[in-house]
Formats: sequence, C-alpha cells, structure tokens
Amino acid sequence: MLRIDCPHCGTRDEVEFRYRGDAGVRRPAAAADTAAFVAYVYERTNPRGWHHEWWYHAAGCRQFLQVWRHTVTHEIHAVGTVAAVLTPPPGAATP
Amino acid sequence: MTARRITTGLLTDPSRTIEFEFDGRRLSALAGDTVASALLANGVRLVGRSFKYHRPRGIVTAGPEEPCALIDVLGASGALPNRRATTVRITAGMRVSSQNRWPSLGLDLLAINGLFAPLFSAGFYYKTFMRPAWAWERLFEPAIRRAAGLGKLGDAPDAPPKTGDEILHDHTDVLIIGTGAAGLAAARRLASSGLRIMLVERDVEAGGGTLLDPRWQAWRTQTLGELAAAPRVRLLTRTQVIAAHDHGVFSAVETCAAGASDAAHDAEGLPRERLRVIRAQRVLLATGANERWIACPDNDRPGVMIAGAALAFLRRYGVAVGERPVLFTNNDWAYESAFALHEAGVPIGAIVDPRPSSNAASRALALGIVVYSGSVVTAIEGRRAVRAVRIASVDGAPRATLDTDCLLLSGGFQAESALATQAGGSLQWREDLASFAAALPDSRGVVTGAAAGGYGLFAAAQDGDAAAERLASGLGLSASAESIALPDDPETSPLKALWEVAGHGKCFVDLQHDVTTDDLRQAHREGYTHIEHAKRYTTHGMATDQGRIGGLLGAAVLAAARGQSPSEVGLPTPRPYIHPTSFAALTGGEIGAHLRPERRFPAHASHVACGATFVPSGLWQRPLVYSAVAGWDPVLREARAVRETVGVGDASSLGKIDVQGADAGRFLDFVYANRFSTLAVGKARYGIMLREDGCLLDDGTTSRLGERHFLLTTTTANHTAVLEHLEFQLQVNRSDLDVVLTDVTDQWAQFSIAGPRARQLLQTVMPDADLSSAAVPFMAALPARIAGVRGRLFRISFSGELAYEVAVPRDQADAVWTALLEAGRPLGALPYGVDALNTLRIEKGHITTAELDGNTTAHDLGFERMLKTEGDFVGRVLAQRPGSTSMQRRQLVALRPTDSAARLIAGMILVDRSAPRTNLGDVTSCTPSVLVDGWIGLALLADGRRRIGSRLLAVSPLHGESVEVEITTPHWFDPENTRVRA
Repeated sequence: MLRIDCPHCGTRDEVEFRYRGDAGVRRPAAAADTAAFVAYVYERTNPRGWHHEWWYHAAGCRQFLQVWRHTVTHEIHAVGTVAAVLTPPPGAATP
Repeated sequence: MTARRITTGLLTDPSRTIEFEFDGRRLSALAGDTVASALLANGVRLVGRSFKYHRPRGIVTAGPEEPCALIDVLGASGALPNRRATTVRITAGMRVSSQNRWPSLGLDLLAINGLFAPLFSAGFYYKTFMRPAWAWERLFEPAIRRAAGLGKLGDAPDAPPKTGDEILHDHTDVLIIGTGAAGLAAARRLASSGLRIMLVERDVEAGGGTLLDPRWQAWRTQTLGELAAAPRVRLLTRTQVIAAHDHGVFSAVETCAAGASDAAHDAEGLPRERLRVIRAQRVLLATGANERWIACPDNDRPGVMIAGAALAFLRRYGVAVGERPVLFTNNDWAYESAFALHEAGVPIGAIVDPRPSSNAASRALALGIVVYSGSVVTAIEGRRAVRAVRIASVDGAPRATLDTDCLLLSGGFQAESALATQAGGSLQWREDLASFAAALPDSRGVVTGAAAGGYGLFAAAQDGDAAAERLASGLGLSASAESIALPDDPETSPLKALWEVAGHGKCFVDLQHDVTTDDLRQAHREGYTHIEHAKRYTTHGMATDQGRIGGLLGAAVLAAARGQSPSEVGLPTPRPYIHPTSFAALTGGEIGAHLRPERRFPAHASHVACGATFVPSGLWQRPLVYSAVAGWDPVLREARAVRETVGVGDASSLGKIDVQGADAGRFLDFVYANRFSTLAVGKARYGIMLREDGCLLDDGTTSRLGERHFLLTTTTANHTAVLEHLEFQLQVNRSDLDVVLTDVTDQWAQFSIAGPRARQLLQTVMPDADLSSAAVPFMAALPARIAGVRGRLFRISFSGELAYEVAVPRDQADAVWTALLEAGRPLGALPYGVDALNTLRIEKGHITTAELDGNTTAHDLGFERMLKTEGDFVGRVLAQRPGSTSMQRRQLVALRPTDSAARLIAGMILVDRSAPRTNLGDVTSCTPSVLVDGWIGLALLADGRRRIGSRLLAVSPLHGESVEVEITTPHWFDPENTRVRA
C-alpha cells in the first residue's frame, strides 16, 4: 500500500486515491492533427523506473496531484499540485 | 515411552493440570503447554502422516516454523485446520486431531503411496494426468485431493463466524519486529529518543533466544521492566507480522484468545484474532534465524528433530525430547542443546560432527560426551520412530551404529529474511555462515541480530544496540541507554557447510511437501534450473511452513547440481503472507453489510412501506418493482400505468453535479459533444459526453438554473467516473476556466411523474402553479414549490410520456413522495420501479449503460448530428476518425421476434441465417412490451441501420434458444414526440 503526501490533506493511504496515468503527456492544442491526438490518447513510454503520473485524491480533496513514483520500488520522490513545478528525480527520463 | 517431562518449564505451571483430547485419546497437560509439548510429555511421537507418501511423521520443531506436526483444532463451530501443534496452546477440554491419515494415524492405508514412490517424483501430476481432458475435474483431481491434503474445515464451514474479528490501524515511528536480544536491546536504546516504538513479538512471551538461556533472565527482566515504564513504547506479544508492504506499512495478526478457550472467548463476543495494519516510519527487523535441516537418508522419521527444538522444549516446557538423543551438527551453536540436556540429566548418545575439531567439541569431550568428529550420520533406522543411527567418517568409512530414540539435526542457520526481502531489502551470502544475511536500505530501516548474521545472544544484543543508534541518528535524533553487563557468548569455531549425506533412503529437504534431494536434481535435469522454476516444479518451499528449515538446503542441492555456490542460486522471493493466515483474520469485521455498505435512497423507508423489492446498483439499493411477486406481471402493471394513467418513480441515484462559475457554459461546451453555452436559463438539454478516444463516456440532461449555474446529471453507474473526468478536464486541461464543481447527488431526492395524467397529478401538489405547456414547456427547468417544499421542477421524459421530474432536499423526500402518491391515487397512479422504467425506455428507444458499453461512438447511436462543428471539445478529433464513424460498426437498432410468443434474452447473439457463424451484434436490452404483443429489444448490430426491415436470428447457445427477429428503428414509438409535448 502506498502512502501519498497530499499537499492539501496530509499523508494518506493509497485507497483514498485513484491512479490517472501518465502526467508527462499533455492534451494537444485544438488545432493539432489526428496523429497528435492519437499519440496523446494511446502512446506511453511505460518506463521501468521513475514515472511522472497523475493521482486523484477521490476520497479527500478531489484534487489531481502530480507524483513522481518509481515503478520498480514504488518509492515516491515528490508530490505536488497540478500547478506545481516538480524537480524530476535524478535519472528520470525527460521527454 | 521416550520423551517425558523432567523439570519445570518457563511457561508451564506444574500446579495446574488440564486435560485434552488427541485423536479421541484423553491426555493430560500443564497450563502453558502447547499441543506439541504436551504430546511429547505424554510420550506421543507419531503425530501425522506426510502429504504425498503418507510416511509417519513426528514433531520437528518447537515453533511456528513447524513443517510436520499439523493438527485440526476441533470446536463447536467447526474445525480450525492446519494449526501448528507447536504454537497451539492447550486449553481445558481442547480436542485436536491429526491429519491426512485414513483410517487412523497408526494404520494409514494410503501409506502404500510410499511403495510407489518412484512414480510420485517431481512433475508426476503434470506428466500423468494429461488425458483425457475431461477426467481431470471428474476423476483425477477429487482422488488426488482425498489422498494428498491437509486439514479439513469442520462440518459447518458455511456457518456464520461466531466472533467479530477486527482490524486495527496503528501508527508508530519505529516498528521493532522480534524481541530477542537484538530487538530488546534496540528498544531499550530507542526508548530515550522520543520516538514512538512498537515492539511486536509472535511468541507468548517477549525474549526470543534469551528465554532459553538462564544467564539472560536478569537482563531480560530488567529490560522489559524499563520498556514497560517507558511512555512511548508499546509491546505486543502473540502478534505475527505477516507481510511488509510498501512505504512502511506492515500487516500483523494478533491472537486474542489468550488462555481462555475459543468457546469462552466467543461467548464474550471478543475477537479471536485481530489484524493490525501498522504504519511505521522505520522498521527494525530483529527476526532472528531459523535452524536448518540436513538432508540425510530417512531424515523424516519421528524422533528426528531440529537441534534447537530440544533446547526449547526443555527450557520452555520442562520436556526432554528423548531418552538418549544423538546430535548431528556442523556448528558450535547447536551444541548448546546437548549441553542443556546433559546438565538436566539426559544422557547424550553421541555428537556427530563433520569437522575434525571445534571449541564446542572440546567442551563436550570435557563433559564426558562422546563426539564422533570428522563424521556424518549415514542412515536412520526405525520406521514409526527412530531406533538407531549409523555413523561413518566423512570419507565413507563406517564408524558405529548407535541405538537412540532421537536424532537432533542442525546444519547451521538461515536468517528469517522474508520481511526484509518484501520491504525492499537484499540478501548477502556469508561464506563463513554458509547462509544469506538480510539487509535493508537506510530509508526503510535496519536488520539486526541473527537476521543480519550476528549469531549469539551477546553479539545480537550489541548489534541491536548499535542498529538502534544508527537508526535514531538517521532520523536526526540521539538515543542513549545506560549500559548493563551482558553475559558473554561462548567462543565458537567456524561451521563447515554440510547440505547432504547421500545414502540409501529418501533425503528430505521439504518435509511437509515430501520433496527430496532427488526431486531437485530431477528438476535440474529436466531444465528447471532457476530456483523459482525448481520451486514450482517440485513444490519445494511451497508448503505452509514456506521452507523455513529446508529452503536454503534445497537451494544448495540445486546449486550443487548446477555446479555453483548457493550464493549464485539464491532463495525464492517470499510473497505475502509469510505465515499461514486465516481468512477470518484478514476480513475482520468487514463482512456482509460492513464490506459493502448499502446506499439508500432518501425515501427508502417510503419504498419499503410501498412493498418494494430492491435491486443493488453499485452500492445503491434501488426499488426494482413494488411487489414481492416474481415475474413480469407486476412490472408490466407499473409500466402500463405510466402509458395509460400516471406513475411515480424515484430517480435519486442519478448523479447530480453542480457546475458554477463565470465560465460554466464554456466548460460544458468543452466536456460535452453538443453545445450548452447557448442554453437559456430555465431550460434543460440532453447531452452526450465523449472520452478523448471518441467513444461515449456518459449521457444525461443538464439544466441551466442561472446565468452562471448549471446542474449536470449522470447515469447511476457512471457518476463517480464522470465526476473524476470533469475534475481532470477542469484541473488539468482547462484550468484557465472559472468553474467550481460540486457533487450534490446525496443532497437531493428526485422523483419522476410520468404518464398522460402527470400534469393533473402535479397540479394537485402544486395548486397555485401554472403547469401549462406555455408556462412549463418540454425541457423546462424551473424553481418550484412541490407539496409545500421548495425544490426544482424539470419537464423531461425518459419513458416517452408527458413527464416531469421534481427535485427536493433529501430530508423532505418521504413527505413529498407520499404527497405525490396521495395526489395520484384518484388518478390511478402507481409507483414504478427500475424494471418498469427499463421497459418504458426500451420501448422509446432510449439508451442506458447497457448500450453505453465504452465502445459505442456517437455515430453508432445515431447521435452524429449532436457533435459540434465549431470549437474544441473532449473527443472531438478522434470521434471523426474513419474507424469511429464507419457504417460497418455496430449501430443501435430495435428488434422484436417475428413470433410474438418467443422471448428475448439480453446478450443474445445476432446472426444471419446464411452465415450463422458470423456474429453481427448482440441484444443489449430487452423486455416484454406493453405497447405491442410480445418481447422487444435494443441491439448493437453491424451495419444496423441498413438492416432495418430485415430478419435475423437471435441465438443464445447458453440457453439453447434461437429466435427469428425483425430489425426496426429504435424510434418506432411516437417518433414525433407528441405525447412528450402534450
């Protein structure tokens, strides 16, 4: 069970959250072509190691959080709000 | 008679004799005895039959690592199977039975399996029971299960549990697992640091190895006294940690029925077991080490025992495990058992040691004990009990045959490392100990004592003290403790790795699963050379004891076959749970309604009063039909009331999300495929919401209650998914918009009034309101006073009839529901449930979650004209892909059997008679109709719109039914909506 440091609510158990996928992909601009949207919806790097992801605090503040999590050890490097600028952990692949 | 009680044990009370029953035999024990110690004290040696070969087995260990002495504890509410006799404490009148023997323990007819042992080698089942395929379930598996198996649940396994087991949540700074010398010394040091300390011990007494050495009693007593007085230290005994999870979370099971019998405990309503979920900043693992088995021929005979068990039975229960034990060991620590027995007056037959000499051997010789150095045990005689052992020098020359009733084995130790591995730790091979020692990264905690390779009580205490200091300083704290004098460890000579003594007879490495050294070599020969593969192929280490005494031994045998060191083979990764755990403990009180709480409508009591049968929908309990009578008659009566007079239904489970803010309209334009910013205040509109991949996420009506205020509704099933989706779009993709979302689902009750007389009914409860179509047109959404209650009025229809929905605050729900039914009585109104609603909406061709299956696009459902052509919205781009709009996709159609007497079944597959193997689609919803004779349905059908008017077959191979259907448009009932707009 992960323990996630919600910036609004404090450290909470994983069961309060829902995982919402890769935070490294951002929605293309309205004028972007189909290929850009296909990439946005389907294409993921699925790294073995550090992963930048969204977690939704469904049973808490209902805010989306950015989380840097290690997919092998589950270690969490940093948690921040949507607007926060997080420093990626050393060794994280950057897009 | 071999084993017997010779002295007073630390845990047994000689003044309190209690009786218990083993396989129907009445025996006496002392208060404090385990079943194992009491059986030994009564001279009972044969306690079970092995899993595969049904060989006679005895007690092998004195603790939870026991592989053989498994028993069923019989009770009034069924048996507790597979308990270890070495940990079950006897209570007065307790009845226990042995396992896996037929007809009796002494005469086990299935022992004939042993004669066919060459057949039962590794992979036997996989290779033998392959054909015919049908025979596995009907023939082979039941027979194998009868022959090979452990305990059985009682006669009444389905009886509800009598106890309320419970789950507790603990928070601590440091969790110390194990209270031997290392754990206690660490706790003593940390007590001054200000950290919250939780000490967990699986034994009934704290102390671990110090309980077995009288020289350590003073230290243990003093330390436990100090810890009891320390304000931030908690000690839990009888608590087995069963798993290490991520982020410092551990689960542990505390046994609560201490001393009292289960029956007495149940009568008090107390839990038998308690699951503790412990969250700790750091863990200090002082879990010790397990003594290891030696693979020598027939090393499973009753009377062969792990060496340390002799010491434990003597010290803890005052029981001598044999009359003239022989010790076979490769290390000095194991000699302590022989020394203790010798001191207690039990003659030691001999000590057999492959090493030429050692400090311990010199001490033994000085005590007058015979030591065969440079020697090994090559054979064990006796079938139901050890009678003699044969000894030879390490180069094979026979040296002696000794009569004995008990052979003590010790091949060294292996760290109890399962928790360390789960917690992200690592194992390091220690050549000097011929075993793996565990370690943890500093960020998680520290491993100390024997688990980290520090053998001996003095060494462990020193190591625990140092580990505590390191852990505290890692947290930026200091921890000091007054030093106290500790008894010295004896000088030890190095051990000599010894895994297997080959000879005639089976050399077991896993006693519970009957795995031998030959099995592992066979696995290697057949290509299962990785430890994880060999484990699964042979089932080595997969029994309930999880290979505690033989795990490394098996790995070493595999390593020898591979021509490598055990360090290169490693140990299999232990998964949770590291100790057998009952389901009752894991579920705790979270059973029945406590597992899945019911979510009730605000007017639930009124629905009960109306005689409703409820149906679960997620957590919701929705009124299905207002009748206890099964079948379609009551459903169709309710549907007919809506078509002919008026019905009142409860739609409170629809999700209701309040959308407010200056940009509320723009936000809705972004999340819906159709436009909402143009919606007038006081009006509602149907909307479809897409996922970014272009498929429908949900649908529903959204009303504009004010310039900056919308109320959005979702389907019952998708409420939480839609809320999450909206929050994601707002927070992540459109954070530029000034919008606030509030979930108001639970704040409002919402009732529908549908049917030709709906307006008349509503007028009765809204006597002053103008309800004409001019004042309240179709799709109006207005504030209203209903039966005197301030609420909202929507003119929306799911049934295709003139219909309204009224929303009132939830605490007014019962009053308003009752007023609506009262007002409807003279009009012939009936309450209608989910089933009738379903009949009505299928007739009208309206979709629900059955059609919104996550794969349907706007084109599939005939909604393509709702897609905005201007402005961005979620799903806009991918909804236009050729793959989303293709006419070959499955499209929404309606259908009805050509024979009005035939029924439809949801899930029926649609095929063309000319190509019956091509699945063209399936029936998503169906119902008997009140508008036409017979059944009708909705379906998703490939190229469906072009097939309207054609005939297909709807088949259900599962039910063996096939029916010809005619495909129609879904909008065959009142396509101009004249009834809705009446």
